Amino acid sequence: MTTVSWSGEPGTSRGPGPFLSVRDLSVEFSTEDGIVHAVDGLSFDLEKGTTLGIVGESGSGKSVTNLAILGLHDPAHTKIGGEIWLEDQELISAGRGTMEKLRGNRVAMIFQDPLTALSPFHTIGRQIGEVYRKHKGASKKEARDRAIEMLRRVGIPQPETRVDHYPHEFSGGMRQRAMIAMALVCDPDLLIADEPTTALDVTVQAQILDLLKELQQQFGTAIILITHDLGVVAGTADNVLVMYAGRAAERGTVREVLREPRHPYTWGLLSSMPRLNSSVDVPLRPVRGTPPSMLNPPSGCPFHPRCDYPKLAGPELCFNQRPSISPETGHGDACYLTLEQKRELRTAKTEDRA
Amino acid sequence: MNETLLELKELVKHFPVRGGTLIKRQVGAVHAVDGVDLTVGAGETVGLVGESGCGKSTTGRLAARLLEPTSGKILYRGQDISHSSRKRLKPIRPEIQMIFQDPYSSLNPRQTVGTIIRGPMEVNDINPSGGRKKRVQELLEIVGLNPEHFNRFPHEFSGGQRQRIGIARALALDPKLIIADEPVSALDVSIQAQVVNLLQELQRDLGIAFLFIAHDLAVVRHFSQRVAVMYLGKIVEIGDRQSIYERPRHPYTHALLSAVPEPDVSSEPRERIRLAGDVPSPINPPSGCRFRTRCWKAQDKCATEVPPLVRLSGNREGHLTACHFPEAPTTQGEDVVLDPALA
Repeated sequence: MTTVSWSGEPGTSRGPGPFLSVRDLSVEFSTEDGIVHAVDGLSFDLEKGTTLGIVGESGSGKSVTNLAILGLHDPAHTKIGGEIWLEDQELISAGRGTMEKLRGNRVAMIFQDPLTALSPFHTIGRQIGEVYRKHKGASKKEARDRAIEMLRRVGIPQPETRVDHYPHEFSGGMRQRAMIAMALVCDPDLLIADEPTTALDVTVQAQILDLLKELQQQFGTAIILITHDLGVVAGTADNVLVMYAGRAAERGTVREVLREPRHPYTWGLLSSMPRLNSSVDVPLRPVRGTPPSMLNPPSGCPFHPRCDYPKLAGPELCFNQRPSISPETGHGDACYLTLEQKRELRTAKTEDRA
Repeated sequence: MNETLLELKELVKHFPVRGGTLIKRQVGAVHAVDGVDLTVGAGETVGLVGESGCGKSTTGRLAARLLEPTSGKILYRGQDISHSSRKRLKPIRPEIQMIFQDPYSSLNPRQTVGTIIRGPMEVNDINPSGGRKKRVQELLEIVGLNPEHFNRFPHEFSGGQRQRIGIARALALDPKLIIADEPVSALDVSIQAQVVNLLQELQRDLGIAFLFIAHDLAVVRHFSQRVAVMYLGKIVEIGDRQSIYERPRHPYTHALLSAVPEPDVSSEPRERIRLAGDVPSPINPPSGCRFRTRCWKAQDKCATEVPPLVRLSGNREGHLTACHFPEAPTTQGEDVVLDPALA
């Protein structure tokens, strides 16, 4: 007998496409100073049970992208283009009611600073339970029990008493655990974690990242992990998207991007970071200059003002024409250098470093 | 080692905690720094690492004598400045300067860059040859900014450029010692490297000593010759860079190193240590060894006896560890997972 095996759980309807598909997304804000092109023509896919790390510096559009997925932007001042498909549902054209049903239920988010994301007036248990009651129609008692169970799952000691405490009675790491408990209370299919460990100490960061991985294995959640730290991505994500100035600079599996980075910006990011085993006598090699203003992004390749190689790739192309990511699937990057040139440059760089 | 510039001896700083309804009485104290011994030689960089609340910033502020110690001694070039008056400190102030973490709040938004950098010269009544304006322009050039920009305001600069302005201000008086409190942690990765390189260049060219305070272990390793690891107000391990990063002995140093996320997928596996919980409150620190509440090797002895900071057998000179049951000197030991949610 032949069986068709589905990667998803039984009972979930699964279209032919990937679980989450962002197609040609653009986000523009109108501000007093002019129009900010925060995201420009971004596409990526995410499969169930995998983690996508989105890496970029401040202002690269990584957070805005994810606010767009959740529909959390201010509609009066924001123009959004493109498509976001969550299985068979399009999210940009979805109404407010649909999004409200989705948020906290199928799609949840963890924010960077748990102290500002939690309400100081309500107990942790009530805040976790509120989501559960709204989406699952549970009673107060059920919601409380569920909150206790979730707190236990994320490793908070004595959850039966902790459930009645207020956020200020929790330490930073515990608050972030409580946030994770709140995000996972309805078993979401997609979890967006926006710099979840940036406000935490290293030893606590390591705990939280491991916890996210552990919970992902239990729940089969798809995770988008937004971070500025390639180190965090290396240990946690399956795939990486490097963003620069609202566009994708490089995408691929963690192995591909970290071992054989192709885009000059990714090279720059990697060579800027001191390692625990790198030579200490050579200076770091930062990317020169500063990230561009998104009010007036550079023409052509947005990275060209900071790039060392427009001469090699052909200045007319780099200065005037926006590169798009190629090849379409797999390990790709948005740069006009040929693969051969990139390989040579990268080998020269690593030899230089050693 | 050449001349000792700064020496901290059994330095203690407690901040009072007041409580009570009408009459505010002292009900306790935050033991921010509790017996720290540290020396910084001329032209040397000493890194101070630890998690938030471990007292590294307070140590920095004490060293700059922005705070007065509760007890213990601060010696600058052999002179005791622990309780010196403002007047007595005045000749020393120009020699010890600070660089702060946040380039946004550490520059006055209503002053031009020129005024900001000139500030220290005015306060200390210093008139460099060629005038203050020329000196300001020189300094801007040294830190890699356009010298024509002295009339601009801080908001016209990016975060990295602002941090350079802060560095120029610290350099204005030709200091011998700079206390850099998390100078790059507020900056983007690519900008961080630019500032670290600048600081390193300055140290090489001008021979300034640094007390480099940071929580990022990789940055500290890159920048410091000697490193001190702090935990809850005490130094738990100190030594030269190689000893601390390749042959750490204290369990906490092991835990810290193993928690650093490294952007490598191919390197040899490091030990994986996941502590449970967070750092305890410094208001009521644990008795004996302060790390014992999170330590996997803790025994009864650790609760009763404070481990002295000593050189263990097999360690290099200057590599001191405060632990009753030290670890093997390697970073490839066995995994330890204490977190209940991960076990």
